[in-house]
Formats: sequence, structure tokens, C-alpha cells
Amino acid sequence: MRVLAMTPKPVSFWNDPKRRGMAFQVMATFAIVTFLGLAVKNAVDNLTARGIASGFDFLGQRAGFAIVQHLIAYDENARYIDAFWVGLINTGVVSILSIMLASILGLVVGLGRLSRNWLIARLALAYVELLRNVPLLLLILIVYFMGLRPLPGPRQSLHLGDLIFLNNRGLFLPQPVFDAAAPVPIFLTLVCTVVIIALLRWTWLQRIDQGRAPAWIWWAFSGLAAAPLAGFALAGFPVHLDMPALTGFNFTGGVVVIPELVAMVLALGLFGGAFIAEIIRAGILSVAHGQLEAAAALGLHRNLQMRLVFLPQATRVIIPPLTSEYLNLIKNSSLAAAIAYPDLVQVFAGTVLNQTGQAVEIIAITMLVYLVISVGLAGLMSFINRVPKLRSA
Amino acid sequence: MERWRHPVCPADPLDISLLHDDFETALPKSKMKFLAIACFLCASIVVPPVARAGTLDKVKARGMLICSVTESTPGFAAPNDKGVYVGLDADMCRAVAAAVLNDANKVTFKISTTANRFTWLQSGEVDLMSRVTTFSMARNTTVGVDFPAILYFDGQGFMVRKSAKIKSVNDLNGATVCLQSGTTTELNAADYFRAHGMKYEPVTFQRPDEALHAYEEGRCDTYTNDVSSLWALKLKLKIAGDHLVLPEIISKEPLAPGVRQGDFQWSNIVRWSLYAMLTAEELGVNSKNVDQMKASANAEIRRFLGVDGDLGQSMGLTGDWAYRIIKQVGNYAEIYDRDLGKGSALGIDRGLNALWKDGGIQYAPPIR
Repeated sequence: MRVLAMTPKPVSFWNDPKRRGMAFQVMATFAIVTFLGLAVKNAVDNLTARGIASGFDFLGQRAGFAIVQHLIAYDENARYIDAFWVGLINTGVVSILSIMLASILGLVVGLGRLSRNWLIARLALAYVELLRNVPLLLLILIVYFMGLRPLPGPRQSLHLGDLIFLNNRGLFLPQPVFDAAAPVPIFLTLVCTVVIIALLRWTWLQRIDQGRAPAWIWWAFSGLAAAPLAGFALAGFPVHLDMPALTGFNFTGGVVVIPELVAMVLALGLFGGAFIAEIIRAGILSVAHGQLEAAAALGLHRNLQMRLVFLPQATRVIIPPLTSEYLNLIKNSSLAAAIAYPDLVQVFAGTVLNQTGQAVEIIAITMLVYLVISVGLAGLMSFINRVPKLRSA
Repeated sequence: MERWRHPVCPADPLDISLLHDDFETALPKSKMKFLAIACFLCASIVVPPVARAGTLDKVKARGMLICSVTESTPGFAAPNDKGVYVGLDADMCRAVAAAVLNDANKVTFKISTTANRFTWLQSGEVDLMSRVTTFSMARNTTVGVDFPAILYFDGQGFMVRKSAKIKSVNDLNGATVCLQSGTTTELNAADYFRAHGMKYEPVTFQRPDEALHAYEEGRCDTYTNDVSSLWALKLKLKIAGDHLVLPEIISKEPLAPGVRQGDFQWSNIVRWSLYAMLTAEELGVNSKNVDQMKASANAEIRRFLGVDGDLGQSMGLTGDWAYRIIKQVGNYAEIYDRDLGKGSALGIDRGLNALWKDGGIQYAPPIR
């Protein structure tokens, strides 16, 4: 068969949408690169003209200050980069805890708003309106100072036997300390946990495939659960508790939950919970009642109605605003600096910045960290959101 | 239609579509991406271009001196009951305004924090920083701040509750310490405790008010700051008598006004405005007798007040620059007395800040 040669009618450059578009893109890229280059040059020129140090060498220098809460090894001899990690981990801790608290509160209050019980619905409404209309910084300061006031000093601590102490320096708990022999049974525990999770999934697939799981599976689960325990027993229980004890001004030993952390988590959790409650309520109300009736008409069990029909539709409405609420909570955790919680902003963009004076580098790093965390979380939530969507496709 | 791929980064390093999966946006994705990058760029220019003009010309053209001070440190800069900023730092600003603009009241006070004080100065947001700032080498050589002269010789101390029975800084081993972030206080405390083999737990607040409040609520065993600030902040406590400032000083804290490095003319003006107030005290010239003193036979006083010679012109000012400062603001003794000393609620002794001939270390080089 003879192919008909089609010579395209020549079009001028600006009339070809594809080439014209490309030209604009190239121009825009050029403009942005130039802009960026000028901005960097301008900053560098200004810094040099004023005799301000620049570069990232400062990260390796000795920090020389203590941080009240550090989950990794840190003392006054640590470097600025260590202070950065301590701050980042502290930001992570307060963000994760407050997201968990906000989610639980949001779910409970959101369901409460839809309750047929007049009192519960009104209480939930009052909670939402009160909490989301208070400025967050004010809420943090109120929670912190209101919480601090009634607590006694270290010598008059509230206590639970000789184990747990509560005073205005924090909550002191015994800390499990692992001895030299501990890593082996701990490793065994991790391995068993992974195997149990894999086996659970396999069992589930078997149920779908065969209608039931093999009978030996229960023996396997029991064995896997018992193995770590046996491991610890064989190693002679290589764990002891480090007890908090009053020495001098304050308690030493054990682990301490500082009041600043509790105040931050409470304030952020209460604040975020009010917004999440409304998001949950919106998600639930967005699913038409007929959907559940249709599912029932198909003979689906109540649990399956929820899992296969209701939740996939509700979560599609819930997750996008929920993501942005989570991102808000993470970014709002930077208000922690106001009440001396040593988060990234307080430690790194605060103390380190003032000691080194390298504002450009430090603010850039801090912004980048928040950007990475936020984009990462947004990506994760987007993935979670796509799971029911993919299955329905 | 096939989507056009970016020629530079075909792999889409940041896939915006991930973020906008559920929202149909009016903009095509490539444009969204450009917008996102452009926004990030705008945010990345931290230091705006600064006009190269000398600070003196800028201030004269504006007819107003912009001076950064603390929000509220009694004795240094705090609003009085009429809302006017008073204190040693505020008077330093006024002295410069009197010398440059012939009006001590042509000052706009901008409240800066410990976090933004240097950035504001560097970026040209303010002409002068006069906010209880310690003159130190790092601040001078790496932060790019020039400290023309020392306004107040201070030192870091500790405040404790009388009930805690602490008599000396050496009793503070293991103490929880409330302090303010971004201050030399923080560093000195760390150095001091380490050097003396003592442990401490810092609770670091952004603002002095919260740090003081937390100390008052018992979160900390002690509150540390420059001694002058301790005396000032003590007045804010509910029962000031329950608290005690420990006798020891653990650091040198020379508090000085700061200017941008590189503008020598402006630096000179600030330096000699401060020295003019010290010199006036030394010569016995004050705001009340300055007019009579113009007729003095003393050559030093005549030169100082611009009756003979014209030293002011070498700084771009008129000959009577010092006369204006003394007439409108006062000499060092006058401002010290009304801001920190006997004439104020604080009642802090002159101590190190007395003139060299009275046993202190305040000493102005000769004005000639």
C-alpha cells in the first residue's frame, strides 16, 4: 500500500503552539535562573561588604550550650550540627505526639458533633468553637503557665510510691536500661515482629483465596510470641530500671517529660483537634445516605458496608484537608520557642543563629527542613489517599 | 496530547501533581511548578539590596533617626506612663538625634528582639542599635557590627529565691536556670558551669518576660541576666522582696550601641556623641548650665561646645553638635541618674560606670 506523503503546511514559529510554548518556557527558565543568580550574588556581596562570615563551616564548631531535652547524646562539648539534630528530633517528637492527640480528639469530637444526644453534640460544638477561635500562641502560653502554677516544687513532689514523681520541673519516670547482653533478645523481638506481620498478611490472603487459614498458623503465632520472652529469660533479663531520685535541686536519673513538651502537645492537640473534628464531620456527611442503603441491599455485612462502601468515600473527602491540618500542626510547632521547648527553631534558628550570626545559611537550612518534612508528609498522605481510589478503579 | 517535558530537569524532581491530586487547578501543572519555584526564590532573598549612601545622609534626608531598642527593660528602654521611651539606651538614641538633626525627639524607636537585632541593623532597617547589646569580638568581626563606644559596663549575675538559702553562685550545682535565647548570657552560663565542674539545666525562652514569669512560677531555681537587667526585672515580680541578686558577676558585659560596619562617618558620630556626654560630666557641663558655660574661659569647654574651633564639621555636623546633645539630653551623670540611679526606681550605684577620676572605668578620650 502506498503511503500518502503528507507534507505539513509550513507554519511560522509563533503560530505553532508547541514551539511557541517551548520558547516561553525557555524564556521563563532563563529569567528565573538569572533572578536566582542575582539574588545569590547580591546576598554574597552584601555579606562580604559587611564582613559577615558565610559558608557552612560553623556546623562543625563546638556549640557550648546545653539543651534541656535531648533524645540523642548531647553535652556542652557537642557541635552545632549535633544541636541541629537535637532540635530536629525535638520538633519531630512534639509534631508526632500532637498530631496523634489532635487526630484522636478530632475523631471523638467530630463524631460527637453528629451525635443524636443533645448534650454531647452541644459540648462538641462548644469545644470546636472555643478552641479554634483562640489564637494558638495565646493558647500555648495559657496552657503552659496555667499548668505550671499548681504544680509543687521538687521537694514537695506529687508521687506514686518511689517510682513516679510530678513537680514543676516535669514528670519523672523510671527508665529501663539495657545491659550488655540485651541486644540479642531485642534483635530476636524485632525479627519475630516482622515475621508475625508478614504471616498476618499471608493469612489474610489465604482467607481470601481458600476461605480459611491453615490450622497450624495459631501454633506459629504462639511460638513467635513466646520466642522473644524465652530469649530475655535465657539472657537473664538483662534490663534494670533507672530510678529518679531527689539530689540537690532536682531529680536525677530516670526519664523526664518536661512541662514545655506537655504544654506544647496539649495546646497543639487541642487546637488541631478542633479543626480535625470539622474535617471528620464533613467527610462523614459527604457520603450520601443512599450509599449505605445500597450496600445493605446488596447483602453486605455492617462491617463490610463501612469498609468497602462508606470509608473509601469518606476518606477521599477527609484526607486532603487533613493533610493540610497536619502540615499546619508541624509548622505551628515552631511556636514552641515561646515557652522554651527546645525545637528546631528555638535551638537552631534561635541559639545557634545568635551565636554564629550566620542568618542566611541557618534560615535557609531551617526552611529547607520544614519544606522537606512538609513535602514528605504531603506525598505520604497523597499515597494513602490513592489506595482506595486505585482499588475502586 | 503529550506533555512537554522541561528541557533542564526532565525527571520532575518535585512532582507537584502529588500535592494537588484532588484539586482540579485552573493552572496547567508546568505553570504551577514555575510558580512554586518562583515563590521559593522570592523567599530566598534574605538580604535586600541596600543603598550605598552614607547613613548620615540617609538620616538627614529622612529627618528622623530610626533606632532599635528593647521592648521593655526598665532603666534602658521602656515606655513610661505617657508612652514615651525612657532609659539609657533611649537617651543614647536621643543624643545622636540631637547631634545630627538638632532635635532629640526626632527618633523613631523600633522594638527589636534578640533574634532580629543584628539582621535589622545589617539590612538597613535601622540606623542605630541601642538595645543592651554586649560588645564582643565575634559580633564585631563575624556579625559585621561596629560598637563605637561602651555605654554601660555590666556583668552577668543570678537572681534566686531567698527561701532557697543560696548564698553564692557556687551553690548552684544542678540548678535549673531560666534564661533568654540568643544572648551572651546563654554562652556565659554554659562556660561558667562547665569551667567550675557544675551541672545545670537551661530553660531557654525567647522573651525575657516569659523567662522571668517561668522563674517566678518555680520552673527554675535561678534566673540569669545582666545584673542591671536583674535589678530592673526584679521590680516586675509580685513580691520583689522574696528574691535576691547574688553578689558574684560571672562575665564582662560591656553594653554598647551598634552600627553597621564600613560607615566610618556614622560610627564616629555615634562614638563621639557618647563621649560628649562623658566629657560634659568630666567638665562639669550639664543641661542646666550649658548656656552659661558657653561664656566660660576654659579652653577645653570652649572647644567642646564649639565656641572655638569647628570639630563637628569633621563628622559632617555643625560646630555646636556637643552643645545640642548636652542641652537637649544631658551629660552622662544626668542620664544615668534619671534612668538607672538615684532618680529612678532602680537605684543602681554608679559602680564601674563612674568616671575614671571617681573610681569607675568610664573614660572618654580627649575632644580636641
